[in-house]
Order: sequence, then C-alpha cells, then structure tokens
Amino acid sequence: MTTMTHPLRDSRTMLRRNVRRMLRYPSLTVMLVGMPVVFLLLFVFVFGGTLGSGLGGPAAGPTGRAAYANYVVPGILLMTIAGAVQGTAISIAMDMTEGIVARFRTMSISRASVLTGHVIGSLLQTFVGLVAVTAVALAAGFRPEAGVPGWLGAIGLLVLAGLAMIWLAVALGLKAKSVETASNTPMVLMLLPLLSSGFVPTDSMPTVLRWFAEYQPFTPVIETLRALLSGTPVGATGLVAVGWCVVIAGAGYLWSRRLYERASTRPRG
Amino acid sequence: MSATHSDAVAATGLRKSFGTELVLDGIDLAVPAGSIFALLGPNGAGKTTSVHILTTLMPADGGTVRIAGHDLADEPDAARRAIGVTGQFSAVDNLLTGEENLLLMADLLHLDRVEGRRRAAELLERFDLVDAAGRAPATYSGGMRRKLDLAMTLIGDPQVIFLDEPTTGLDPRTRRMMWDAIRGLAAGGVTIFLTTQYLEEADELADRIALLDQGRIVAEGTATELKRMIPGGHISVRFTDPRALDAAAGVFGRARRDDDALTLEIPADGGVGSLRAVLDGLDAVRVQPDELTVHSPDLDDVFLSLTGRAGAPEKEAVR
Repeated sequence: MTTMTHPLRDSRTMLRRNVRRMLRYPSLTVMLVGMPVVFLLLFVFVFGGTLGSGLGGPAAGPTGRAAYANYVVPGILLMTIAGAVQGTAISIAMDMTEGIVARFRTMSISRASVLTGHVIGSLLQTFVGLVAVTAVALAAGFRPEAGVPGWLGAIGLLVLAGLAMIWLAVALGLKAKSVETASNTPMVLMLLPLLSSGFVPTDSMPTVLRWFAEYQPFTPVIETLRALLSGTPVGATGLVAVGWCVVIAGAGYLWSRRLYERASTRPRG
Repeated sequence: MSATHSDAVAATGLRKSFGTELVLDGIDLAVPAGSIFALLGPNGAGKTTSVHILTTLMPADGGTVRIAGHDLADEPDAARRAIGVTGQFSAVDNLLTGEENLLLMADLLHLDRVEGRRRAAELLERFDLVDAAGRAPATYSGGMRRKLDLAMTLIGDPQVIFLDEPTTGLDPRTRRMMWDAIRGLAAGGVTIFLTTQYLEEADELADRIALLDQGRIVAEGTATELKRMIPGGHISVRFTDPRALDAAAGVFGRARRDDDALTLEIPADGGVGSLRAVLDGLDAVRVQPDELTVHSPDLDDVFLSLTGRAGAPEKEAVR
C-alpha cells in the first residue's frame, strides 16, 4: 500500500461491483429495456400508419408506417436512456440507505470512485439497452440512411446524452430519502420525450405545449439524432443539443458531488 | 486523563452541533494502543456522532483528533488506513455474496489477488460463514450479517477498530460470540473503541469506560473505579412484622430502615463474610427474615447516580 489513493484502480473495482450487481439481478435491466421496446412497437404498429401519413414528408421515400418508424426511433432511443437512468437512481439510493457508502468513506479509497463506478456501469447498461432497442427497431422497419460518420456522430451524441441523464439521475438518487422516491423522480425523464418532437412534429401541438416542446432539451437532441441517422444535414441544432448535454452533465456532476459529500455525513440515529 | 503520543485514539475538545442542537460539548478521549475502550451512554448521548467524527465520516466543529498518530485534519487518508469501522447499520452489499463482499474490501484495500482470497477464506472460516459464503447477505440472519460486517472490517488488518453498538439487537448467543471476537482482537494487539448502551457490555469488555451523557463525558475510568464512585452495596432484609424489624434494627446500627416496606438495608460488600455476619446478627435476636437480597453496586448505579436518570433499557435486550 502506498500513501496515495488510486482513483483508476478504485473506480475499476467499483465498476466491477456494479456490473456484477447488474448481471446478478438482470430483471431491472430487462424491465428498463422492455419499456421502450413496448413503446416502439406500440407507436410503430398501432399508431404508425396514421401518424406516418400525417408527417407530410417528402413525396419520394417511404410513407406511412415505414416513414414513422424512421421518425420515432430517435425519440425511443432517448426514452431508453431515460428509462435506464432510473436504474442508476435506484442503485445509488440503495447504496446510500444501506450504509455501505459510509463504510467506503471510512476507507482510504478515492472519493470519486464510488460515483464513477456507478456512472460508467450505468453507461454500459444504457448501451446494452440502446443496442437491444435498435435491433428491435430494425426488425420493425427502421431503415437508417446514415453512413459511418453519421453513426459515429449518433453514438457520440447518445453517450453525451447518456452521461447527462446519468449524472442527473445520480444526483436525484443521492437526493432521494428512500429507494421508492429514487425510482419515481426520474420518471419525469421518461415523459419528456413524449412532450418533444420525438413522436409528433411540434407544429401539430397547441401553442403552450408547442412552446415547451420546442425549447426543452430533448427536442434538439432528438432532432440532431434524427438528422444524423437519416443522413440529412444537422445544422445549428447540433450545437444546441451538445450544449444542453454538456450543461446538464456538468450541473448533474457538480450537484452529485455536493450531495455525496454531504449525504454521507448526515447524522443517522 | 491526558492524551499522549502512544494513544491510538486521542481527541481533545470535540464539539459538534447540528443546527441549534449541541450534540458534543467539548469531549476529550484517550485510548491507549491495544486496549478496549467503551463509550457508554443512552440513546441520543452523542455516541454515534463521536464515532462518525473519529472515523472521518463527519468533520467536528471544534477540537482535534489523532488516530494512530495521524491528525484527522492533516492526514485523513493515513488515519483511514489505520482504522476499521463497523457501524450501527450494517454496511454490506446485499446484492453480492458474502465472499464477494470480502473480496470487494480486499480490492479496495489494494491487497493482491492471492492474498485477498486467502484472507477472505480465513475470515469466513473464523466467523463460521463458510456455508453462507456463496449466498447474498439478504438471506442472512441479523447475527450473520453482523459477523460478515465485522469480517469486512477486519480484512485490512486495522490497528484501531471502531464498533458502534456492535451487539444492539443481537440474540444473547450471538452477543457472546461478538464479545469473544472483540476480546480475541484485543488480545492480538488491536485497539478497540466501542460504543454501547449496555452497561453490562462495557463492564464485561472494556479496560476503560467513559460515560457520555448529553454530549459530555460525565465520568471516566475502569469499571472498578466507576463503581467506587457511588455508594456501596448492601444487603436488604424484609420482615413480616414491625417488631422483627425493630429487633433487627437494634443489631445493625448503620442500617437504613424503611418502616413502610418493613425492610432494612444493611451496608455490605456483597461477599460471603458480610452475608454470614448479617445472618448471625439476625439469629442472635431470633428473627427470621421474610426475604433477603444481596445488592452489589453495578454500572447501573453509577449511571443513575451520575446522570440522575436510569440507565439503558438493558432488560429489553436480554429478554
């Protein structure tokens, strides 16, 4: 043992812990992936025919259900992330209520490693979900036009959006007084994609809702993702999307650090 | 007792408030290396807060702490490497198995893989957890969880171990087992700092005891020293009629009589000799006591006389 802490080694240990927990109890992962899959199938096969015709896209190219599948997948992918981070908030809250974090804090280990382990673990879990949902989407008629740069851009944006929502969920999990609260609060993140341009274009919405939908962070992220996947130009929306992700990730990170420092020093009993 | 450099735990003037509530009002603690120290007090006295401060979980508002020679303000990580903590709430990962919990600790302590496995196996053996090693602690009994918790604390071979109410809520058998484990550790040269609300536990285990009440140390010393601080024991004799009480009171001049209860409390050290003297005295005046009880002073008396309140709800735990 040296006199220094080992942030990398400790984070790797914590990551191993989190991955092992996920593998041992896959039901949570399955449930979190299952939800967006159900939404995908529901929207493509039940509403897709009608919604697709209403999109009024270019005359050439797919119409109806096929067009809607291409339209809705970016929103569903964001919803997948939003669902997965519920798991993050739950496992953070479980850690905090079970006293194991107090043990970690009395040990000479890197302070950040506990949260880092959770964040990287959640990111892996999220990507398992994203791959599964994309596979189902392809089977359901999703036909992306993106080339290699488009896919790389899309993956990059999903990582960024993932980090943003995960850090936010970490903070919410730390903030929650109980595991139940922790599982409920991030539910809002699941609803937000519905109130964006993810499922229907915003100009079909009533004024107040449209205003909200156009300015909330999910819309630029979804628009950018859609442009990247369909091989159309991204434009300035891309910057707005990246900006939102960076700001949310940064704020979530700082908030989490603060809560973590405080949470484990609050008197209990 | 003033702190010296050989003390494993040395705290001076610790103060802590939560909002307007003063929890620790300037306490001094000194625990010589290799000894067992008990911080005894009722619920809410500030025991857990003290442990939280001493184990770097919480900063104090004032005062200094040295653990194994390391000042907590200057070298918290060096202090953390010297300590092991088993808190009041079990600090195990419920989703990993017992063995994985131990290996997680070994990894975090940066033990090499072979050494970590060896130590984990050894501790599972020692705490009788070999059969449960492959199961998650969620399936364990309270006592088994506490044992796993302690094993996790021990895997890093700490010099100073903090145990916050280590036996609260345990059945008597597991409690005995914990006591034996604690004694075993101390015999191996480890310094033990434990908190308890059980007077019996402090009496049983500790070399030195500090009585914490409302954020202040109200007494400190060995169990014997503390017992000496209060009025001694007595033999209490109850009679069926007042005449017998009168007769007996005539024999024992220093006794305290209670006419309503028809009892006589005769000062005595609780030994066989003093009991014989009382019986002989009663025989001499030919009175037969209805009931006789020997009361030797215990820490309950210390607690009562120093704080003006009854001690911990010990009977509840023993029941």
